[in-house]
Amino acid sequence: MEAEALMKTAARSGMVSCHYCATLWKEVKAHDRCGRCGAALHSRRPDSLNRTWALVIAACIMYIPANVLPIMTTVSLFEEQQDTIMSGIIYFWASGSWILAIIVFIASFLVPLFKLAVLILLLIMTQRHSDWRLLQRTKLYRLVEVTGRWSMLDVFVVTLLAGLVQIKGFATVHAEAGIAAFAAVVVLTMLASLSFDPRLMWDAAEPESGKAA
Amino acid sequence: MQEVPDLIACEECDAIHRRIAMDNNEVAFCNCCGAELERDMSSLGRRVLPLTVASLFMYVIANIFPIVEMELQGIASRTTLIGAVFSLNSQGMPLVAFLVLVTTILFPLMQLLGLIYLFASITRSGYHPGFNLLARMIQILRPWVMMEVFLLGAIVAFVKLTSMATVLPGVALWALGTLAILLASIFSFNPRYIWQISLPEREERKHV
Repeated sequence: MEAEALMKTAARSGMVSCHYCATLWKEVKAHDRCGRCGAALHSRRPDSLNRTWALVIAACIMYIPANVLPIMTTVSLFEEQQDTIMSGIIYFWASGSWILAIIVFIASFLVPLFKLAVLILLLIMTQRHSDWRLLQRTKLYRLVEVTGRWSMLDVFVVTLLAGLVQIKGFATVHAEAGIAAFAAVVVLTMLASLSFDPRLMWDAAEPESGKAA
Repeated sequence: MQEVPDLIACEECDAIHRRIAMDNNEVAFCNCCGAELERDMSSLGRRVLPLTVASLFMYVIANIFPIVEMELQGIASRTTLIGAVFSLNSQGMPLVAFLVLVTTILFPLMQLLGLIYLFASITRSGYHPGFNLLARMIQILRPWVMMEVFLLGAIVAFVKLTSMATVLPGVALWALGTLAILLASIFSFNPRYIWQISLPEREERKHV
């Protein structure tokens, strides 16, 4: 924060860094490609805020069926039982597997919620040209990028159970619509965090910045 | 368009820094936002190829053998990774099945084969078709290779089943565990440094 006034960025020096090989180029014209790795060169990820908003909103919409609809049905000899994300966690907790209950709770419930909340926060702060806790926000973004993929956990659990428990007459497990919605949330939030460009937060915080993107 | 070889821009805040010569295993961080700027990859770079070949073996085992076997009322049931994907597909979930297929089977394989090709060609001079394209592909696929998440998922599914039937871990589960560890050490190598390693010989060959 103290270096803000002096901070020298590539964009303001008229340079563009390659997204893939990190080579720095100057005097880049539109549609130029990186001379080392051949990737298209952009000063910032193209259309970053709009794309991220679209993906985040889509993920928010899918978040509701993902948590309300059952993710699988277990049919055994005497009963038929439907599980949602939450009931699976409660099952683990009640049956004494606390560690697993906590792992699944974090991966399937906290991480998606945290990701959506952080991405919305980052988007709004960037659009309001806020310089509030820039460093912490950059770290939050880094955290979202690292943790996002772990939400796929429940998708894999259902896949394995549905593939394995197919003993006709005794026990069968069937995947339900909720898992598709849940998988959509994970993919959409991952795409959203990939399309968000953290450098825009630093651009937006510049005092003279109108629109840097 | 002109290269600026002695400077580097931070990927997360765009601050410009001077590139410095780095010693073995040294890492440079951005003093503005704390992101990693550069890392010396010379020692890890030498290890990537053998690690990748070992991963490929584990990958084959993890895919051929069953992951979990269960027994209920004298009836045994087992599933391989691809078997679970097919069964999900037949239950009317083609998109989810496809997602599992790419994140646990297709992308890891592409990643491993791509790395073997890249590292085998770095040590040779000459023309290497598709070098740049593959190196970029590896970088794009990286967040979508979810072997370690799948391993955790298999463990959770395993524990879930113990209350219902007799379950045995399959050979593939052990292979998955080894594969997850191997992949973690391979992925600590950021694919972006492939170009750095291949740079000294850049003059004598042309990548496409």
